[in-house]
Amino acid sequence: MSGSFTDEQIRRYSRQIILPDVGGIGQRKLLGSRVLIIGAGGLGSSAIAYLAAAGVGTLGIIDSDIVEISNLQRQIIHGGNIGLAKSISAESFVRRLNSDVDVVAYQACFSAENARTIVREYDFVIDGSDNFPTHYLINDACVLEKKPCSHGSILRYEGYATTSIPERGPCYRCIFKKSPPPGLIPSCQEAGVFGVLPGIIGTIQASEALKFFLGTGQTLTGRLLCFNALDMTFFEASASKRLDCSICGENPRIVSIKPENYLEEGRTECRLDPRA
Amino acid sequence: MTLELDLRGEVCPYTFVKTKLKMEEMAGGEELTILLDDTEATANVSRSLKSDGHDIVDLKSISSGVWQIIVKKARSQTQSKERDE
Repeated sequence: MSGSFTDEQIRRYSRQIILPDVGGIGQRKLLGSRVLIIGAGGLGSSAIAYLAAAGVGTLGIIDSDIVEISNLQRQIIHGGNIGLAKSISAESFVRRLNSDVDVVAYQACFSAENARTIVREYDFVIDGSDNFPTHYLINDACVLEKKPCSHGSILRYEGYATTSIPERGPCYRCIFKKSPPPGLIPSCQEAGVFGVLPGIIGTIQASEALKFFLGTGQTLTGRLLCFNALDMTFFEASASKRLDCSICGENPRIVSIKPENYLEEGRTECRLDPRA
Repeated sequence: MTLELDLRGEVCPYTFVKTKLKMEEMAGGEELTILLDDTEATANVSRSLKSDGHDIVDLKSISSGVWQIIVKKARSQTQSKERDE
């Protein structure tokens, strides 16, 4: 008699069931939880791997890209899958790792058109996107749908993470009021990225989701955690909710998702689809 | 009537994992009788139960190679969390 767990589940999750604050109660919460991971790239790879391993019952994975050889230096779940859609490759990784986890793979671009409909289906969102318009789109969809979200971003040797829990702290727009002008911040493609960096930041994002479901510890709500892999230092900046925030402030200007708000000069709303 | 958990044949850490899962289903103050056939596991389970705040009412060898732990569940446990939901 061990509640609703199978003997295999007891063995698989034994090291976390033993933990104070998890137990069978916490494990059941994880198995009943749904996380959406936006982007199955570097951040998404490590977040997906650890959330699946921990037994989060449903993972939604959205990505429109195809696995390329240049991804494999940091996107650790896609080995052997060059040419396959990242969402499908991620799904097969999860199935091999843990059959307790249901995967909903969206081979699509996370866009203004589908953002709210998809976000609505989940309890927690991991922002593993790689560009400002998508960071804002994810934030806005999460604020409007009242969903918690852990944001992460990486470049060269540095990364950061923060978690927004609606009505409990600042959102992404409270912290980053406006995106930098196009071209000011180079993309990973132009600037490069230290391979372990998305592993570290994506794992931090996964641990935020797990703690949120378990109701234990402190999340990065109201804190921006910054990491420098060269100096091997973490530091944090505190952030608070802005009353004049354009989406979660007292008189929000953004009350719905409008595609034109998420365009960046010189780039289309969605990244180029290599299949097109 | 006391509850019983037969963990003979089971090894660490599953002995404690199964004990912990069983304890979660019980109410504060309820007693559980656990049977084990491994010395190390008996010591570990008893120590872990104590560190979780439960009372070891009795611990003894009941036949050759078989140990019995009687534990009383603490009254303030995380169990109440689940019931509140």
